[in-house]
Amino acid sequence: MKQIVVISGKGGTGKTILTASFAVLANNKIMVDCDVDAADLHLLLHPHIRERHEFRSGKTARLDKKICNRCGKCIVLCRFGAISDDLTIDPISCEGCGLCSHVCPSGAITMEENIAGEWFISDTKYGPFIHAKLGIAEENSGKLVAKIRQVSKDMAEKGRFDYVIVDGPPGIGCPVIASLSGVDCALVVTEPTLSGLHDARRVIEVCAYFKVPVKMVINKYDLNIDISKEIEAYSQSANIEVAGKIRFDSSIPKTLVKGITAVEGASEAVIREIKDIWKKISI
Amino acid sequence: MIISVASGKGGTGKTTIAVNLALSLSNVQFLDCDVEEPNAHIFLKPEIREKFLAFIPVPEVDEAKCNACGKCREVCAYHAIAVIPPGDSGKGSVLVFPHLCHGCGACSLLCPQKAIKEVNKEIGVVEIGQARGMQFIHGKLNVGEIMSPPLIRQVEDRIDSDKTVIIDAPPGTSCPVIAAVKKSDYCILVTEPTPFGLNDLVLAVEVLRKMKILFGVVINRSDIGDDKVERFCQDNKIPILMRIPFDKEIALLYSRGIPIVQEKTEYKDRFRNMFNKIKERL
Repeated sequence: MKQIVVISGKGGTGKTILTASFAVLANNKIMVDCDVDAADLHLLLHPHIRERHEFRSGKTARLDKKICNRCGKCIVLCRFGAISDDLTIDPISCEGCGLCSHVCPSGAITMEENIAGEWFISDTKYGPFIHAKLGIAEENSGKLVAKIRQVSKDMAEKGRFDYVIVDGPPGIGCPVIASLSGVDCALVVTEPTLSGLHDARRVIEVCAYFKVPVKMVINKYDLNIDISKEIEAYSQSANIEVAGKIRFDSSIPKTLVKGITAVEGASEAVIREIKDIWKKISI
Repeated sequence: MIISVASGKGGTGKTTIAVNLALSLSNVQFLDCDVEEPNAHIFLKPEIREKFLAFIPVPEVDEAKCNACGKCREVCAYHAIAVIPPGDSGKGSVLVFPHLCHGCGACSLLCPQKAIKEVNKEIGVVEIGQARGMQFIHGKLNVGEIMSPPLIRQVEDRIDSDKTVIIDAPPGTSCPVIAAVKKSDYCILVTEPTPFGLNDLVLAVEVLRKMKILFGVVINRSDIGDDKVERFCQDNKIPILMRIPFDKEIALLYSRGIPIVQEKTEYKDRFRNMFNKIKERL
């Protein structure tokens, strides 16, 4: 069983479009969307939700003003600025550390468990799909990512699946690192812009830090051929294989609007380019 | 006035809007709070004059005072502390996992033996400079660090409220975005007219409503998709501040790290108009 995660550093380089195409091209796989705070893969895979699970994680402080003696100790000690001078707790700023509840002399503060989101096991016409939705303005996206990674891995091992294909989040922080743990290959999708290259290099450094093997894809490569060459020169010097390039093509956003994957509706040339990429990373 | 630029979906044009808006106004302070992948410096090319390492406090245990009672492990909500209990092998000890620590201070404050002090752990750097007449500040998270909100807060500690503050926020809808937009008077949400753009816009709108921050929408590449973003904004009475049609010239300028207003000066007026629209709403 091989686990492949698609990441990019910079957002909007085409991670989800490529991942959705792999759902069509790969046999015997589980699809996973780890971009839990702005999940989009479901818009192309059209899942039927089979199982729905609450994701409980973290706590939030609740202050009972009837018991509180207004000593203000909690206000002073909270490092997250979550308790205002009139002793109101801002649930968005509260990081759930519980310090206030421990130090409150009158026991007016209790910690309540959060429902931080939901995760789902779904059926799609391409096979099983595991995805999640972080609650609005909730924390712990990394833990939710770790949860669905674990669920998909267990399911793949039990069901003897050949691939787990993961759509990753942008950035280099907590949810990205949770997406990377234990994968066989991180496919970094970049674009020929200075920002795209800058961000790809940062996320590739993260992969190196966690010893995850990397391959690259250059999306919209013909938008700026010079920077595409720069990316290829970088990949050579860093000993990273460029698994393929995808042209800038207005047929791709049209597939998005129709809610279908690129390999089911983009131009012949784009479909060929994506098929070649899958061939190179699936072996 | 503090204006943040956020998006839900990545790659919709946050940095483009933030940079070009900043370049169209005067007396600006620019903060790049996308500390995981900061990009504004590519366009503004600031001359960095000061650098500050950014730290979070993490516990350090004085073995001589510690009796492995386990109180620190019990109060740590992030499972960043493990305790090996006293036994045949010795007096026991405490293990700290600094990557998991949020720096809340509970362990050091509540240790009955006063055996824990806090030491600084570096998570990134805050750089301050000048760029085209504006003050420029950004944070860069160290590779391998997971916790960007503390660094974002340290960038925003330097907000100068006498200036028009423009904040370039990270993508998404979770803690880093919340940390970045929290202090803003107004938030510009940048989206694109595709199902992805709409889906992530809806989530970002819910976040801002929950945070009670005023906002409006910029539709970038406004002619590449369908009209569902427009309709969503109309139905929900969300002002559309600006529409930028797809233009290969703009895409090329972006790819080379050149702000739009530098080559297409007519855009300066468009950005100023948007700023005036925002001012009227506040």
